[in-house]
Amino acid sequence: MDKNKKKKLYGDGFRHSVQALWGIATNSFITGFLKGRIYTGKLKYLCVPGLNCYSCPGALGSCPIGALQAVFGSGEHKIAFYVIGFLMFIGAVCGRFVCGWLCPFGLMQDLLHKIPFPKKIKDFKADRLLRYLKYIILALFVIILPMFALDEYGMSDPWFCKYICPAGTLEGGLPLAALNEGIRASIGWLYTYKLAILAVLIIASLIIYRPFCKYICPLGAIYSTFNKISVFKLRCDESKCVSCGKCARVCKMNVDPTRIPDSAECIRCGKCISECPTQALKFTAKNK
Amino acid sequence: MNKKNFPYKGIITALLGLVFMFFGAYRGEADIVLSKAIRVCLECIGIG
Ligand code: SF4
Repeated sequence: MDKNKKKKLYGDGFRHSVQALWGIATNSFITGFLKGRIYTGKLKYLCVPGLNCYSCPGALGSCPIGALQAVFGSGEHKIAFYVIGFLMFIGAVCGRFVCGWLCPFGLMQDLLHKIPFPKKIKDFKADRLLRYLKYIILALFVIILPMFALDEYGMSDPWFCKYICPAGTLEGGLPLAALNEGIRASIGWLYTYKLAILAVLIIASLIIYRPFCKYICPLGAIYSTFNKISVFKLRCDESKCVSCGKCARVCKMNVDPTRIPDSAECIRCGKCISECPTQALKFTAKNK
Repeated sequence: MNKKNFPYKGIITALLGLVFMFFGAYRGEADIVLSKAIRVCLECIGIG
């Protein structure tokens, strides 16, 4: 593929179009938006690959993180084979490509970061350490608490959804409260608390690139563990690389793809490929 | 693609994922997912 084609394919414009189209296609239950309710059909047996709240009025599929907590917290099964299998499949095929190309919440952060702000921060001292936070959130709020903090009926809350997830507030809470009087009437402290989390995240996204994906998202944490083995991967041809460092400078996830092309932080956006002057970087299924 | 370059690990893990999915669906986990997803999740939207 020639250089100009690569620039177009992995430039922000094309990627944002794919993200938007995917977001629209998987949230196209128009009646939900018109009547303030959610889709209740059989498509919801299936999970979508990205973080997409199933209480979004338009959502046609299930959120894998919500689904995982639902099975853990149901009191019926302690291992969620169905959802874990789905995450293994998607992760093993494409790793964090989902974060870069197929997650509506990722798109929202991408767009927010484009808004001019007096100070944009690319790197800071605690950044590396904070990247581990998403694994702690995954372990504690998605697995341990829904599995073991049970009520008298042997069931549990979806802890991540309830106390952290800003996607639920944005995609479900805000539109449903706006459209449905009954829900509006039930708003209390939890709603205000979750709205505050969303507000903090929106402001943080203006300053830092994808703070939710870098530090909080349990779905990104799961997919990141597959980046090393996934079929679809990023590779650097050392014989072509001139070590100019351009790729590491343009990478907003702070990855150096020449050193660690399989980095758990790489969301496979392809920005580095589009900027490489010698075409040393490429997406491929080959190991080398 | 030569043997060394073939993405065995990814393909085997993906196939194992499919087996897990079918097994999970067989023992009723997909029904739990559906029943949660077709009711407004009050925790998700910040009500319950
Ligand atoms: S290494 Fe390249 S593909 Fe990965 S996140 Fe950075 S710019 Fe995107």
